[in-house]
Amino acid sequence: MCTSFLGQLLSAGHNFNSTNVARSSNTADTFKAALYFTTATLNASTTAYSTTGEVTNTSGTGYTAGGVTVTNGNTPTATNSSSTAGVAYWTPSASFQWTAMTVTTAFDTVLLYNSSQSNAAVSVHTFGAQTITAGTFTLTMPTNSTTAALIRLSTT
Amino acid sequence: MIVTTTHGDMDDSLLIKKEGAIDNEVEYTTWVEYWLDGELVHRSAHVTLKKSPFSDLFAASLG
Repeated sequence: MCTSFLGQLLSAGHNFNSTNVARSSNTADTFKAALYFTTATLNASTTAYSTTGEVTNTSGTGYTAGGVTVTNGNTPTATNSSSTAGVAYWTPSASFQWTAMTVTTAFDTVLLYNSSQSNAAVSVHTFGAQTITAGTFTLTMPTNSTTAALIRLSTT
Repeated sequence: MIVTTTHGDMDDSLLIKKEGAIDNEVEYTTWVEYWLDGELVHRSAHVTLKKSPFSDLFAASLG
């Protein structure tokens, strides 16, 4: 598979479906990140953002339903790893952060989704269960590289 | 240092501080807690994501 194709997939460069996804302009979509309790079931079968199992505040207003808007300052990149394989990758350009938050029920999952495309799910990431009390929760992104980027499309 | 707590801003000299870290294949996480008379009054956490098993999509090439 051609590496350039992988990169173009991250920029909506191909459509194999008979129905074209409507796009009003050549601008990047808006992506968001939402947190979920440990009791929620999110995995590769998740198709869209849902409030089911989403984090809610124990007190205060530190968490807003739908999560935070993802800072997208990185252009998707595609590179060959060999003559027969390659990888396309992308990572948000800033951490996700919630401040003045109190959520005393454990949460361990973040859903990345496309709020410009009917809240379509992009990826699910889990971490050790956390609670926050009158504090800050920060999710720092991995290095935007072929081996560590948050989103990677690879051929082998 | 002033710490935001469930009882408002407090000087950390009045509180017991606990810290910890987790480092594995998925994340590097640090957390800090402040306790007042056995009550948790502040907890913050900082998770740095590493490679996630859900974030890869592999496709075999045609030979």
